[in-house]
Amino acid sequence: MDAVDVAFTEAAVGSGISPLLMLLTVALVGRREKHSPSRNIPALILVTITGALLVIGTLSMPEFGSANAPANTHVSPRYIGQSADEIGIPNIVTSVLASYRGFDTFGEVAVVFTAGIGVLTLLMLKPSGSQTPVISGAHKHKILRIVSKILIPPILLFALYVQFHGEYGPGGGFQAGVIFAAAIILYTMFFGVDLAQQVVSSALLRILAAFGVLLYGSVGLVSMLNGGDFLDYSVLAENPVTGQHIGIIIIELGVGITVAAVMVMIFYCFASQVNNSAETDE
Amino acid sequence: MTLLLSHYNYWIVVALMMIGFFIVIAQGNLVKKLVGLNIFQTSVFILYISSGKVTGGSAPILQDGITIYSNPLPHVLILTAIVVGIATTALGLALVIRIKKAYGTIEESEIQQRDHTC
Repeated sequence: MDAVDVAFTEAAVGSGISPLLMLLTVALVGRREKHSPSRNIPALILVTITGALLVIGTLSMPEFGSANAPANTHVSPRYIGQSADEIGIPNIVTSVLASYRGFDTFGEVAVVFTAGIGVLTLLMLKPSGSQTPVISGAHKHKILRIVSKILIPPILLFALYVQFHGEYGPGGGFQAGVIFAAAIILYTMFFGVDLAQQVVSSALLRILAAFGVLLYGSVGLVSMLNGGDFLDYSVLAENPVTGQHIGIIIIELGVGITVAAVMVMIFYCFASQVNNSAETDE
Repeated sequence: MTLLLSHYNYWIVVALMMIGFFIVIAQGNLVKKLVGLNIFQTSVFILYISSGKVTGGSAPILQDGITIYSNPLPHVLILTAIVVGIATTALGLALVIRIKKAYGTIEESEIQQRDHTC
């Protein structure tokens, strides 16, 4: 459906992060489900009725792929027609994300940051008791370990490419942040949280997560100080198009830093919970 | 028949959405409820992305010689929603882990039982 950026994000999130979090949770809460009294029949009736009503509702919806659908006739022709002159970058998704709807994206980054704080509050990282860090995780599997060692540097490089090439091809801060986090998470899986914390400490992650949001917000403030509106990048340089470029690169960097830091932080929290429960079991 | 060809995307969305909804209301296990919510969320993503498709359009990256592009706006909304979705799912899973620690179970019925006896 032509949504290359979305496909990219979903591939990175769906393969790199969400199954791991699910598996870690299942490892923590037990894999067996207790049999509870069934309420399948009333639920099935309710779901069928709701589904049927929704299907009736879709009959008056515009056809799939229709160019005259309301969703495709209001603002999007302007984005497609004017963004080349106003923003000057080829990827329309990036220009809408970072410039036209920059305030919206600021909100999304703030939500990611808040969710990270929430996870941190719920599953507080305990400083590791032992002075010598313990190698844990899947370190015993030699083939996996060596293959992952070869793969981690290219993944990090690729994340940086996606970050800074997001204006010309599919990519941007959200995708790059997730890919960068996936590389560090891979490292954590093989060497354990203790060793990974020596590479990227959780204190640093907390600072970086806040720094990304702050960077994004301060771009908005700087454009206000230059006499424009909040997050109006045209006033950042003499030429409005150059200003837009500068603004978009900086806020994409802010998005990337926050997303990567929050994802790694969330993974650390979950993984250290697994370690703690393993220790108490022994 | 033409209706089937022109509206099948909505019906896939409705089917996925109802599968997610069914899991959320019928299952007592909190992890399964979160999986159901995720399926529900995915169906909304597909609804948005499919509404932005324009027949014969290309991916919204400007290039010479291409005149029809798909609608970029739903792509923007959904790509941020995916990342926000995983962050909020992680928050939900963290809550499940804390509930397991506090109650010793993640079955909804047992949690309610313990709440009533206390």
